[in-house]
Formats: sequence, C-alpha cells, structure tokens
Amino acid sequence: MSTPTGSAWLAGSGSRLAKYNFFKRVNWGRVSVFSVPTLWLAVFFFIPFLVVFKISLSETAIAIPPYTALLDWNAEDALISLKLNLGNYLFLFEDTFYLDAYLSSVKIAAVSTFFTLLIAFPIAYQMARSQPATRALLLSLVILPFWTSFLLRVYAWMGFLKKNGLVNEFLMGAGIIDQPLIMLQTDFAVYIGIVYTYLPFMVLPLYSALEKMDMTLLEAAEDLGARPVTSFFLITVPLAVPGIIAGCVLVFIPAVGEFVIPALLGGSDTLMIGRVLWDEFFLNRDWPMASAVAIVMLIVLVLPIMLIRNNQGKEESV
Amino acid sequence: MKRRSLFLNTTASMGFIFLYAPMIALVVYSFNKSKLVTVWGGWSLKWYGELFRNEQIIDAALLSFKIAFISASVAVVLGTMAGFVLSRFTRSRGKMLLSGWISAPLVMPEVITGLSLLLLFVAMESAFGWPAGRGTSTIIIAHVTFCMAYVAVIVQSRLSQMDETLEEAAMDLGAKPSSLFFLVTLPLIMPAIISGWLLSFTLSLDDLVIASFVSGPGNSTLPMVIFSKVRLGVSPEVNALATLMIAVVAIGVTAAMWQMRRQAKMLEKQP
Repeated sequence: MSTPTGSAWLAGSGSRLAKYNFFKRVNWGRVSVFSVPTLWLAVFFFIPFLVVFKISLSETAIAIPPYTALLDWNAEDALISLKLNLGNYLFLFEDTFYLDAYLSSVKIAAVSTFFTLLIAFPIAYQMARSQPATRALLLSLVILPFWTSFLLRVYAWMGFLKKNGLVNEFLMGAGIIDQPLIMLQTDFAVYIGIVYTYLPFMVLPLYSALEKMDMTLLEAAEDLGARPVTSFFLITVPLAVPGIIAGCVLVFIPAVGEFVIPALLGGSDTLMIGRVLWDEFFLNRDWPMASAVAIVMLIVLVLPIMLIRNNQGKEESV
Repeated sequence: MKRRSLFLNTTASMGFIFLYAPMIALVVYSFNKSKLVTVWGGWSLKWYGELFRNEQIIDAALLSFKIAFISASVAVVLGTMAGFVLSRFTRSRGKMLLSGWISAPLVMPEVITGLSLLLLFVAMESAFGWPAGRGTSTIIIAHVTFCMAYVAVIVQSRLSQMDETLEEAAMDLGAKPSSLFFLVTLPLIMPAIISGWLLSFTLSLDDLVIASFVSGPGNSTLPMVIFSKVRLGVSPEVNALATLMIAVVAIGVTAAMWQMRRQAKMLEKQP
C-alpha cells in the first residue's frame, strides 16, 4: 500500500522534489483519511486538557461560567494583565484530604486487581483446558456480563449486600451469624463491586494467554516427577505472564478513577479520587479546584501508565 | 490432561457462581409481587407494567438509544479511518501523533474526559457561541470521541491480521484506490466494523459519568435516570429494566456464538 503519492509530511520523506509539485502530488483521499480523525481528536481530546489546565489556574467566581478570566484587557490604560492563581495546587498539597484520596484510590484499585486475578485465574484456566464445545459455552458465559450494563451490575450488588439483602438472609438462615452484617456502604462493598464488574476484563486476556499453552509441557513435568503445584508455578504461571500483565492493566486503570462503584456501594468515608473530583464539581461547584484535581490525577496516575504502555508497544513492534 | 483437578473445578465453578448469582437474583426479584424488594410476595409482572408506564424512564431510554445509534455510526467512520492510518500508512510524525492520541481515551478516567469536554464546550460557547447550551449534540460528540478509539483498535488489529495479497492483486488489476477500498478492503474488515459498532453502541448506552458532565438540563439519558433512582435505594422497576436488558444481551451473545460455530463448521467442511 505504499504508493509514492501523499504529502511529504505524511510519507516521512521530505525531499525537495516531493514539495515541488505539491498540489498535483498530494493524494487528497489519503490526506483526509489521516486528517479527519486527527483533527477530531485534536479538538475534542487534546485541546480540552489545555482548557482544563487554564481553568485550574483561575479562581472561583459567582458568575457564569463560575471562574475568573486569566487575561484581563483594560481598554483605558491599554493594559493586559495575566493573573495566574496557583492557590488551587497549593491547597491540594496542603490539605491532606486530597493526598489521602489519591493514595486510597491506588490502594483500593491495587487490592481489587489482586483479588480479580485470584478469581479470574481458575476460570480462565478451566476454559483453556475444556473441550471446544464447553469452551464456547464458558466463553459466552464470561462475555455476557461484559456486554450487560455496568451500572446495573453494580446495582445488582446493592440488593445483594444490604442489611436485609440475600447474603445476610442466607448467612442468618444457615445459622452462621445472628445479627445482619453491615456490608453495603463500606470499603468491603467497593472491593466486591470492582472485582465483580472488572472480572471479564481479567478473564479474557488470561484465557487468550493460557489457550496458547502447550499442555504436553505439563505432562512432561509430571512424567519427570513434578507435583501439580510445582508445575503450576514453574510452567503455567510464567507462560501466563503476558495475560496477567494485560489483565491487571485493564482492571487497575479504570478502577483508580472509578466513580460509580464508590458512589453506590461505598460509604461516606470511602475516599476515591474520581468521587472527590465529582463532588468538587457537582456539589461544591468549584470548577477551578476540580480542574486542579484532574490535572494532578493526569500527571500522577495517567501519564506513567501511558508511558509504560507506549514503551511496551514499541518493544513489541521491534 | 485427562485427570480433572477437583480444586480447579471447585474454584472455577465458584467464580461462575460469583459472576451470575447477583444477576439471577435481580432477574428473579423483578417478578416479585411485593413492593419490598427483598420480601418474596409471589410471582407477578406488575413491575414491568409500572416500567412501561413510567414516562421518565421511557423518554430517557429513547434519548439514549438515539444518542447511542448516532454516536456508534459516527465513531465507526472516524475509527475505521484512524485504524486504517495506523495499520497501513508508512511511519511518520503525523501517524505517531495520531497513535498517541487514539489510545489515550482508552486509559483516561471517565471523570477527567467528562470534565475536560464540558470545560471545552463552555469555553467554545463563550468564544464562538457554539454549542449553544448543552444537550444531545454535546453528549454525541463526547461519546464519538471515546468510542472511535475502541473502533480504531479493533479495525487496526483486523487489518494487520489480514492477507494483503488480495489488495495487491486488485491493485495489479488496475483498481483505483477508492474502488480498492470499497470493493476489497471494506468487505474484508466488515466483521471488525460491525463489532466496533456494537461495542460503541453498548458503551454509549451505558455511559453515566461523561454524559452527566456534558448534558444540559432536561437531557437525562437512561443511565442518569437509573442512577438517580438507585441512589436512593433498590427499586423494583429498575430490576424489571435490568432483566429486559440482560435478556436482549443474552439473545445477542447466543446468536453470535451460534453464528461463529456455524462458520467454524463450514470452514471444517472445506477441503
């Protein structure tokens, strides 16, 4: 598909000849295929971050929109004044509330990712080892929740975990407890919610890694006298590492910024940064502060993940 | 491996029970006669009737379907273009830029995407008077932006797995670039485009966070209505709605599996 036409910038060959007959040589079909999605992302994805950064440096005001302008044009004195307010960022670092929220989001996401892995591994392994017909059935059982509404799956746990919900009824009926446990609106419910909703994201990459595994390796290990536990940790787990990494990334990243799960299942003391940002915006109407929280979140949590991903992508393509 | 491990079987079954128990409970309790969601009062279709009489939910559902349909259709066109650039264009600075930007919405927390788009719309409105107020169109723009990233990834992986000789043959036979794309490449990547459309439709229909930021007053989508109802506690109408949605997805997944098995069998029959 490498035709010699195309703009010099796109083809990466900046030869003078290519520029010479620019309008004749440019393949406008090719240029528009490139520029339409790129321009869309520039306007609706990249520029918005610059706007967020700008607003994070302004002050709240009782106005529409509720923040002050950075540049002020005074017509009388022909004076442009630029006012940058770093107060939002200073406040972020002074008040330990925000730092706690960042740390607690990372902790909750990391612990839930670990438990998701623990629960997903047997499912993926069982799928990879079963007969093709069973395998298709199990695969569709994993995919079904994946296509079902995320919000409704979180909601399903509200009815399950509440004080007179099914889990308490069951435990009391079985005589394990005599007082209903308070599970809804606790951190415990948030962990369950994250593990539950993100389980398919962990199972699918694990399955695709385990499916490629050569089962005769395990037979060979068994013939050589390895116990099942030994061969599991020395053969199966190392071969599943690409799937484990992919699954953990797919669960951890959205879990860190999660809003719906802590809002519905968590208590008022469940600190997660996505919820802090939401409250700052919708309850306090403090747009500049919400923007500052978003910028710090972007730098501290999202950029490292994107850099790691890009590096992995480069290594793979090499 | 003939020997079945009891441990593996037990843990895997428990995993599937964990995955399905809440959903089954939701479905069963949607047929509950009693208003108290956890007390069983006998079978009834009462809550389905209530659901279809609830104008707020019906209006929100229609709005959500409209938004999801338009967003998925636009996202498929833009995402296919981006996927095509990523897999077929030669390495260049422009391509590196696009590949960086296209993967970013996939890892961006929804609260940040929602906030940044809202602030952009507000800034644009005060600068050029467009978009005047927020509503359906701003939600569609936001949904297209994150859905096109998913479509691009799916189309790109399909294009890179594809046999390029068919396209080369068409070029050797003198096909113009446009007819090459529409007559050869497009039919070959159709499965990826269809699954990209379905995924975008589902993601758009399900989005609460981004829509809450960029929607205006009087433009509540279905997830927004569900969220405000559910926040106050469990509601039997929402159980009925959830059951209907689970039923549609179950039919869809079963049909897709059946189709895949039929195709696999046809491939086996071929010599």
